[in-house]
Amino acid sequence: MGKDIREDIAWAQINKDVLKSLENPKKLYWVILLIAIAMVGVAVGCEIYQYQTGMGVSNKSNSHVWSLYIATFIFWIGMSHSGTLLSAILHLMHADWRKPIYRFAEAMTTFSLMTAGLFVLVHLGRLWMVYYVMPYPNERWVWPNFQSPLVWDMFAIATYLSSSVIFLYVGMIPDLAICRDNIHAGWRKKLYTVLSLGWEGTDRQWRNFRITYLTIACFLIPLAVSVHSIVASDFAMSNMPGWHVTSFPPYFVAGALYSGCAAIITLFVILRYVFKFEEYMTLPIMRKLVRLTFAIAMVWTYLNLIEFSSVWYGHDQTAKDQLIFKATGPYAPYFWAMIFFGSILPLLLAFKRFQTHLPLLFVVSIFLNVGMWLERWMIIGPSFAHGHYPWTWDHDQWPSLVQWGIVFGSFGWFTLLFMVFCKVFPSVSMYEVKEMVYHRTLALKNKPAVKGEH
Amino acid sequence: MSITNLLQNWSDFRQQHPSDERPHQEYKWAMSIDLDLCTGCNACSVACYAENNLPAVGKEKFSHGHSHHWLRIERYWHNEDREYADQGAQFLPMMCQQCEAAPCETVCPVGATNHTADGLNSQVYNRCVGSRYCNANCPYKARYFNWYDYPTTADVWPAPMEQQLNPDVTVRGKGVMEKCTFCVQRLTVAKSNARTEGRSVHDGEVQTACQQACPTGAISFGNLIDPESRVAKQWEKQQVKLNHDKQAKDAVHDGDKLRGYRILENLRTYPSVMYLEQLREGAI
Repeated sequence: MGKDIREDIAWAQINKDVLKSLENPKKLYWVILLIAIAMVGVAVGCEIYQYQTGMGVSNKSNSHVWSLYIATFIFWIGMSHSGTLLSAILHLMHADWRKPIYRFAEAMTTFSLMTAGLFVLVHLGRLWMVYYVMPYPNERWVWPNFQSPLVWDMFAIATYLSSSVIFLYVGMIPDLAICRDNIHAGWRKKLYTVLSLGWEGTDRQWRNFRITYLTIACFLIPLAVSVHSIVASDFAMSNMPGWHVTSFPPYFVAGALYSGCAAIITLFVILRYVFKFEEYMTLPIMRKLVRLTFAIAMVWTYLNLIEFSSVWYGHDQTAKDQLIFKATGPYAPYFWAMIFFGSILPLLLAFKRFQTHLPLLFVVSIFLNVGMWLERWMIIGPSFAHGHYPWTWDHDQWPSLVQWGIVFGSFGWFTLLFMVFCKVFPSVSMYEVKEMVYHRTLALKNKPAVKGEH
Repeated sequence: MSITNLLQNWSDFRQQHPSDERPHQEYKWAMSIDLDLCTGCNACSVACYAENNLPAVGKEKFSHGHSHHWLRIERYWHNEDREYADQGAQFLPMMCQQCEAAPCETVCPVGATNHTADGLNSQVYNRCVGSRYCNANCPYKARYFNWYDYPTTADVWPAPMEQQLNPDVTVRGKGVMEKCTFCVQRLTVAKSNARTEGRSVHDGEVQTACQQACPTGAISFGNLIDPESRVAKQWEKQQVKLNHDKQAKDAVHDGDKLRGYRILENLRTYPSVMYLEQLREGAI
């Protein structure tokens, strides 16, 4: 395997390359931005229509009270887990290869959480009363119901969002100082000056910075695991056949890491191309990322099998009927597509020659995420179609265009946030890439060229 | 809004579990429905629409699953072809089962659905935010969501039907969940009258709208704690116990086969509605 990064990149060159991504955008950037804004426009239109007219326009029904919104909500929450995996878990494990790519992974975490949060709002029948879910002082002495997994959700997501914003920001302070020192005009100079908190790179500052960063990383890891476990509890705690499965929390976490890693591959390819980051987002790093994704894909497959077999060999006939319904009923094409995209397609990633084939990886990673989205839809759709009570079975219900419009727009919203972030903040961590280069030079120095690398 | 207050409310919230040591104080409203007597005439459902200001959503919305019948008559056939065999269809009136361990109550994020001291499963419309988790967790799917703002929709109560809206019951706007209340407005009046006169509510003093409308008297409603009430006697006779998750159905007792059961009891929801199995063969 090649080296993750060249050891002879000058530090000034790193600054120059990364800061270039903050300069005046090219045409392609504007095109992407406009498409994203148009997509958001579609979603906003749909939401206004739904808000004014009532939830009925989304074509949910009394059998299918939840639908695409909740499925896509889980999808976006899941997407947010990879950032923490790359930046916090791999940070603690001293996996150096994460350094050039963790910043955008973390931005992805924050933005996908912000997208997921919107779906909770869009889903509510009375959006204007959403503050009832929060415990706030009121003269009626009314509290939210702390037994409800939805309340846990609210706490978990709010905590995770605020923590990951802080983590993203703290990790960026040294880089913001570089931006402050190199950009001399306009509102951005002021912004970087304020945000870099007077960073000068003194010893004391670095020491404090390291400790803070490590503390937040340690804090964030259990949080990330708990967030998706709690989202899984929304389902596992209920008595719906097909949801009432103990293995749901680890299954959800694995699915989350999976879709997150796939999304990192997609964005890796895009950023490498759009911002010309070939020196930093190198193929060996991609290879490691692909291997990680493959491992997680297999964990997900395993947990999926556990879920199926525990239902199959369990005593709950209703749940078993439901599983059969999923695999053979009107949802069968989606179910098998999920199995194909989630478990079969990632087998490609096991082959060395595909692990650095960027165009192929780009396509595959998108399909992996399609599979993961289908997984969430298979949790929601068929479960409501075929519940405990046969009289209420409704196998034909299909979400209306309003729902699809909002789901479609959410991808635009995510892209919009992400593109703006990439232009305003350095999407590659400059100081950590320098560290990486430095470590590499050190390693080469200590190990005189005996067993030739080349 | 002290923490003590929170903990107190919270422990009270779950105190009414049937296996709990603290039983219901004065009233435990319950129902029994004799399927042998049910002819499937839908009078109960119509009475419910009238009593509880249910919106008539119309054919199109109904076909999208936006129906609003708190009490629905379900039809079951003996064969797959849904042909009217000699014995016809079997009917089952289905409404909120007012479970003692209601799955909907625990999952509501804002506590809009609660257990009352009389063993009712209450729904606070003002508090509901419309997350619909209660319906997702209701095994009977006996909860109905206001998918549109029906009071402002034309033809929901075409003139002069708006004149018959019940002033004792609110009309619900869009975005809230609702369900059968066991005609709680009638129960409140009856309890209030009884309290004024310093007595308990007599058996038969209060009827639910569906019970009142049933031409064959298939529905009985009353206080399960009062051993003399019709409902309590029926439950007793069928040996149906509120806090059991399996009844002695089909056993022979005093020469009669026991036919009382509750729906999906194995989920341990402890419903307050007992059904009496249909034994007769003919449709009518």
